Amino acid sequence: MADSGVTDEPGSKDDGHRAKTEGKELTKEEKQRLRKEKKQQKKNKEKKDEKASQESEKKRNREEKPVSAAAPASQPPTQPSTQKAPSAVPAPAPVPVPVSETPALADKPAKSKAELKAERRARQEAERASKQASTSKPKAPPSELQPVVKRLPEHVQVDNPGVLKKLAKKLERQQTPGCNAATNVKIPLRSDYGYKVSLFSHLHQYSRKAPLTQQLSIPSTVIHPAIVRLGLQYSQGIVAGSNARSVALLHAFRQVIRDYTTPPNEELSRDLVNKLKPYISFLNQCRPLSASMGNAIKYIKKEISNIPCQCKEEEAKSQLLSSIKCYIDEKIILAAKAIAKSSIEKISNGDVILVYGCSSLVNHILCEAFEKNIKFRVIVVDSRPRLEGREALRRLVQRGISCTYVLISAVSYILPEVSKVFLGAHALLANGYVMSRVGTSQIALVAKAFNVPVLVCCETYKFCERVQTDSFVSNELDDPDDLIVTRKGKTQLEHWQDVPSLGLLNLVYDVTPPDFVDLVITDLGMIPCTSVPVVLRVKNVDQ
Amino acid sequence: MRLPLLSFQVAADQQGSLTADIMELQAVLMAAGGGSRMTDLTYNTPKPMLPVGNKPLMWYPLNLLERVGFEEVIVITTKEVQKMMVTDPKMKVDVKMKLDVVCIQEDGDMGTADALRHIQQKIKTDVLVVSCDLITDVALHEVVDLFRAHNATLAMLMSNAHEFTETVPGQKGKKKTAEQRDFVGVDQSGKRLLFMANEADLEDGLSIRKSIMRKHPRMHIKTGLVDAHLYCLKKAVVDFLADNKSISSIRGELVPYLVRKQFSKTTSSPKIKDDAENQNQKTNDGSTNHELLISSRDEPLLQLAQERSCWNDHRGDMSEAYHGGKLRCYVHIIDQGLCCRVNTLAAYIEANRLAPKLFEEPAVHPSAVISERCQMGSDSIIGALCQVADKTSIKRSTLGNSTTVKEKVKVTNSIIMHGVTIEEGCNIQGSVICSNAVIGRGADLKYCLVGNGQRIEPEAERTNEVIVGTDQLMEI
Repeated sequence: MADSGVTDEPGSKDDGHRAKTEGKELTKEEKQRLRKEKKQQKKNKEKKDEKASQESEKKRNREEKPVSAAAPASQPPTQPSTQKAPSAVPAPAPVPVPVSETPALADKPAKSKAELKAERRARQEAERASKQASTSKPKAPPSELQPVVKRLPEHVQVDNPGVLKKLAKKLERQQTPGCNAATNVKIPLRSDYGYKVSLFSHLHQYSRKAPLTQQLSIPSTVIHPAIVRLGLQYSQGIVAGSNARSVALLHAFRQVIRDYTTPPNEELSRDLVNKLKPYISFLNQCRPLSASMGNAIKYIKKEISNIPCQCKEEEAKSQLLSSIKCYIDEKIILAAKAIAKSSIEKISNGDVILVYGCSSLVNHILCEAFEKNIKFRVIVVDSRPRLEGREALRRLVQRGISCTYVLISAVSYILPEVSKVFLGAHALLANGYVMSRVGTSQIALVAKAFNVPVLVCCETYKFCERVQTDSFVSNELDDPDDLIVTRKGKTQLEHWQDVPSLGLLNLVYDVTPPDFVDLVITDLGMIPCTSVPVVLRVKNVDQ
Repeated sequence: MRLPLLSFQVAADQQGSLTADIMELQAVLMAAGGGSRMTDLTYNTPKPMLPVGNKPLMWYPLNLLERVGFEEVIVITTKEVQKMMVTDPKMKVDVKMKLDVVCIQEDGDMGTADALRHIQQKIKTDVLVVSCDLITDVALHEVVDLFRAHNATLAMLMSNAHEFTETVPGQKGKKKTAEQRDFVGVDQSGKRLLFMANEADLEDGLSIRKSIMRKHPRMHIKTGLVDAHLYCLKKAVVDFLADNKSISSIRGELVPYLVRKQFSKTTSSPKIKDDAENQNQKTNDGSTNHELLISSRDEPLLQLAQERSCWNDHRGDMSEAYHGGKLRCYVHIIDQGLCCRVNTLAAYIEANRLAPKLFEEPAVHPSAVISERCQMGSDSIIGALCQVADKTSIKRSTLGNSTTVKEKVKVTNSIIMHGVTIEEGCNIQGSVICSNAVIGRGADLKYCLVGNGQRIEPEAERTNEVIVGTDQLMEI
């Protein structure tokens, strides 16, 4: 019932098997292929000077590679076949072993009885070793940092047609299982829009005027209506901001869980997770998932799979609903309160605080500080095309805080007046980099140049195990038409698509190096930027 | 291949897929209207079954719903129409959805809102109400997306009207311009509906409340819009209708009421209810208007998400998104594309001209017998089992099923319904000939409307006349 990841490539059985145990397909295959090539080259070289020292080679190889299924490599009779079989990689052994058998059989008349015996022994060893290796696979992921660390989920590689085909197949497989399989209803694939700047051609770029709902049936049957509504709100920007998106996501999942009924022969813990997969793909296509949403989804999936089998459906559902509520209360609401409490210590009378864009957390902190009668004023820095600062300005002024509003081009003019900079974050990466709205790194840089302290406020549920040092590898491209503006009745960029060499780039995020950030205020306390991996480790141990 | 509808209703033994309880939208087709503005046509044929491009009029909205993905439609109609629906070949073959036909009395006292109240038990979720006389190719997801994304109470469809260019038979003189206009006020984005009133209700001028002006300082008022009578309504509205029996028409009363209620003081304070299932309705100020309860489960979570979101639907003032209002009405106005409501004779003729573009069926039905020496224009439609003789010329016309056209007949710009016999040498121009009429030989009809079963005597010359039976004339 679970996705088995069967593809058409050679060695697909192993990929599927490994995918079941680990879930990583792409990079493992690449590594495999590289190793295969290396081994092939090595074997070619060895074969030349191998004839003389066959016996010693055999002994040495047997000793060197005890557990691995490289046993076929140690056998001279099977040497021609090892050119095809990689030696050190355990998993592909089951496939190459039958492959190696056929050329070995072809060489039979030339070999002696002893050699045949040795062959057979080696084959048995290989099979045993491969069985062992495959079961011990989960314990030895070669170069990962920690057992639970996952690489960047789908390396968004939009300009690689092979990856796109895989994604399309994956979406097909995620159709609602069971009775709808006959009608082959599937999650539609949203197509990219417009010319993409070459540096970012590996990312998706969608148009707001072409929503994904165009390709869905109107009384949405494949996807739960709450999820369709959520996806629309994401793609139109009605729900924007890391916290808002997570809360809205959890709210929608609560509705899904409430309306869910377990099919007769299935278990809630396994079936519900599979139910959620197409919804998550759908939401991902409406707007790429944020780090906080990813963590929330991981939490929900863990909660669902931890439900005991004998639990009744009503009980299980109420348990899930309450755990979601708990998550929101703890990680978002209480965390905001804790962060506000610590931050207020950092705000003193007479401060001039600079904020950028509209961060719900920073706004909350400033409002709380104002309630505590601290006298300060705020400078709101804003940037096109989102112009979110206007909303932040509205919220602060509504409370009575005195604000100044500038655009980001005036930041170096206004910084001499500023005593502190408070920034919100979209995610905090494992190497201490802060991923936030585009423009944040610029503000941090200029603030550093003026020796103004930069404080980043971020809840721990936004901490992410990803490692990134630049804003190119993983980012989000917004609708390029947002950059088009009409001034005095003239729209200069109206026909930008007709100019072949013109590309409009509307980036959403950028990363700020930890050198520019002086302090990160989290619900666990005030930590330096480089302590993020510690927090992650502590979190993982807790889980 | 479509899933049998049973799979939606039997929730327990399916594979945990979406059950009937969480259907997103239910479609309701209002097909009980009388066609009061085209009595000449509807004398014998009820309006939903009038042939447009040789398909019954109600096929068009049903086709729209089917194309978009609906599997089940509730059709509110009269017994007469239901009987005709069952026998009509087009309805049986082309419409694959499940039609749940609800019959109501024909006396015409039941308004559209009354009909909705009648089927309140069947309505389990939000409802999409369509009128049977709507012919359009709009992308329906645009209207429904407004409904979904903004969590709206009402979302409707309107179109910029085009002038009808064809001459309408029986119309003497210029078209009357003193028709009842609709004033529609939308906000700057063109999506939010702020004001809706008919000229008849505004005695001494158009007055707009100050509260609306304060919230939306820029309002565009449009008068040339055609209401497509396609509404997405929340379930709470249907429940509200059940309690308020004074509202009888959706377009005439319910929609203006909802638009006004957006800005009334009572609805701008959120009514948070933990369990929206128990509709504990309390009368607020002793009036019979019960409060329209727009609330949902997990209201505090939604509030939290909206608070944390850095989005606002307007700017320039201090209020939050939607000005804190819970009742929101949206409209989608289309500029291009076909959107036509067939409720007058002129609209009917226009629809016949434009409707064939909506589907790719061949213009000439394969079972029609057309002789080789017939001149047929490419924009004519010939129905099934027609017989067209030699030396005829048919241009820009529609011929119904089983029509016989004899020699030397010239048919231009006309609509011929089913079962008509046209004898030799006739010349028919710009006319509408209803079913089972017989046009005698050598008749010359220009811009006429010939009623059901009428016989035009040979060598008759009529221009710009409505020829109906005497008993029909007695009807008012």
